[in-house]
Amino acid sequence: MSTKVFERPRALSDVIFHYCPGCTHGIIHRLVAEAIDELGVQDKTIGVASVGCSVLAYNYFNVDFQQAAHGRAPAVATGIKRSLPDRIVFTYQGDGDLASIGTAEIVHAAMRGEKITVIFVNNAIYGMTGGQMAPTTLVGQSTTTSPGGRRPERAGRPIRMSEMLSQLEGAAYIARVSMHNAAQVARAKQAIKKAFQTQVDGKGFAMVEVLSTCPTNWGMTPNEALEWLEENMVPVYPLGEFKTEPGLPGPSAVGATTPTREVKTE
Amino acid sequence: MAEQILMKGNEAIAEAAVRAGCRFFAGYPITPQNEIPEYMARRLWEVGGAFIQAESEVSAVNMVYGAAGAGARAMTSSSSPGISLKQEGISYMAGAELPALVVNMVRAGPGLGGIQPAQGDYFQATKGGGHGDYRMVVFVPASVQEAIDLVGEAFEIAERYRNPVMILGDAVLGQMMEPVTLPEPVDLSKIPQKTWATTGTGGARTPNVINSLYLDAELCEKHNFKLQEKYRQMAEREVRFEELNVDDADIILTAYGTSARVAVSAMKRARAEGLKVGMIRPITAWPFPYEPFRKASERVKAFLDVEMSAGQMIEDVRLAVQDRAPIFFYNRMGGMVPTPKAVLEEIRKIEGSLERDGLGGRLRA
Repeated sequence: MSTKVFERPRALSDVIFHYCPGCTHGIIHRLVAEAIDELGVQDKTIGVASVGCSVLAYNYFNVDFQQAAHGRAPAVATGIKRSLPDRIVFTYQGDGDLASIGTAEIVHAAMRGEKITVIFVNNAIYGMTGGQMAPTTLVGQSTTTSPGGRRPERAGRPIRMSEMLSQLEGAAYIARVSMHNAAQVARAKQAIKKAFQTQVDGKGFAMVEVLSTCPTNWGMTPNEALEWLEENMVPVYPLGEFKTEPGLPGPSAVGATTPTREVKTE
Repeated sequence: MAEQILMKGNEAIAEAAVRAGCRFFAGYPITPQNEIPEYMARRLWEVGGAFIQAESEVSAVNMVYGAAGAGARAMTSSSSPGISLKQEGISYMAGAELPALVVNMVRAGPGLGGIQPAQGDYFQATKGGGHGDYRMVVFVPASVQEAIDLVGEAFEIAERYRNPVMILGDAVLGQMMEPVTLPEPVDLSKIPQKTWATTGTGGARTPNVINSLYLDAELCEKHNFKLQEKYRQMAEREVRFEELNVDDADIILTAYGTSARVAVSAMKRARAEGLKVGMIRPITAWPFPYEPFRKASERVKAFLDVEMSAGQMIEDVRLAVQDRAPIFFYNRMGGMVPTPKAVLEEIRKIEGSLERDGLGGRLRA
C-alpha cells in the first residue's frame, strides 16, 4: 500500500504557472500556500496581487484575491483588513512594486501596524517590463536602464527595505530569507509561516523579504542565477530576522472601540 | 417629520454617508473638504466602521478600493489637486467594477490654484479623468439638503452598477451652513448581498477575484463592451435635472451647483422685471441631461450658461442645442463667484440683442 508523502497545498490552484524556467516565484508561491494550509486559514484568507511578474498571483492561489494598482497593495490590504478584521490578508509584491513606486504605501502600512502579512520578492530587477534597474539593483549590476552596471553617482545605491521597516514600532515581524539553496528555502518557509502567525495572533505588521532570481533578465542559467544570488546579493542583503518582538498594539479591530450612539449635532 | 438642523455642507455629507451605511473612509487633508475626514474620524468608530488618515490621496483611494472589494460601503473625499491623485484609483475601481463614493469639493486650479470655490473639474469628472474608457455618475447638488439626499442614492447607484459615483461640489457647498433634514439610517442587513466581494471563501464557494487586468486583447475588449453596456444603462436611467419656468421662457439659463444658486436668483429678478427667463439645472453632470436642452432649443430664443470655469459644461450644452439656438456664456474663475446682479445684466444684454435682432434671430455667443 502506498502512502502519499507529497501533494499540492490546498491553497495553491491546480494551474500551470506562467513564470520563466528557473524563476523562484513558483517556490515562494508554494511556501505561502503551505503556510496558509498549515495555519488552517485558507477559507478566510484574502490575497492582494501587485503589479510585476506576480501580477497573475490571483490565478495561482486558491483563496479570494484582489489585484492592486502598482505599489498600492499595502493600501488595498489595509482597506480589506480594516473592513474584515478577522480575515487573514496578505500582499505579494516585487521589488519595483514595494521598494520603488509603493514606498509610501509600505512604510505607512508598517507605521500604522496594519495586521497584514507582506511577501516581498526581491530579485534586484524589473522582471515583467524586461529587465530595467530596480532600487534594489546592485552597484555594478547591468540592466537595460543601467547599461554597463549601476553607477552610484548616477543612480544611487541599493535600498534595504527590511532594515528600514524594522525601525518602525508598528512592525512586529521582519525577516529576510533567500531562495539560493534547499536549506535556505526551508528557512524561508519558517519565516513565511511566522509572518502569517504574527497576523493570526493579531500582533502587527509582518513582512518577509525573499531574495529571488531572475535568470531571464539576469542573462543566466537557473543554476548560475542561484549562485549569483548567493555570491552577490546575500552580502548586500544580509539574511536573518530583523524584528521578532511584537510591535506596539496595531490599529484596533473594526467595531471594537466605542459603542454605537446617536449622532449629536449642535 | 424629522427635525431640521443647521449643518455645514461637509459635515452633513459625512453624516448622511454614515446613515447611508458607509463604514469605511480613507482620506487625506486638503482644503476645503477637511470637515469630511474630521467628522468621519470621530463618527465612523461609533458605528463600528473604520476611518484612516492615509499617507496620500493615492493611498486613500486604493484603501477604498480594498474596502469596497471586501464588501464595505466605502468612500473618500478630497478637493481638486487631491482628486487628480485619486484618478488612478477611480480608473481601477471602474475597471474592477467596484462601488464607492468619491466626493470632490472643487477649488480653483490649475495646479495648486486656490482654496476658493470653482467648477474647473467638470471635464475631469465627466469625461474621464483617469485612463481608459470609463464613466461614472456625477452628481452636482446645489444645496446641502440636495447633497445629502444624493449621498444615499449615490451608494445605491454605485452598488447597482458596481461602479464609483462622484459628488461634485465646491468650496461653497462644503463650507456653508444650511438647515437640513437628515435621512433615517439604513438597515445594513437590508443592503443587497455582494456575492462577488472578497470576504474569504468560507469554504463555501470558489475564490472571488477583484481585478481589472485582461492580458488577452479579445477578453479585454469583451470586458470593455460589458462596461460600455453598463454606462449606456446609466445614461438611460440615471439622468437627473430640474426645470424652472421653462414653459414660457425666451431665455433659458443653465448652471449647476453654486453657480445655479446664483442663476436662480438672477432668474427671479429677471422675472420680476417681466423678462421671460427659465432655467435648466443639471443634477447629474454625467449622464448629462441632453434631452431637456434639445427640447427647449426648438422653442427658446437663447441660452445663457453660467459657470465658475472657463466653459466646460457649455460643451455638453452645445452638443444638446447644436445650432438651433444661440448659447451665451458668463463666467468667473479662480475662486470668484458670479453675482446675481452680473448674471441679470447678462440676461438684459441678451434680451436687448434679441430685440435688435427682431426676437428670434440666431445670435452667436
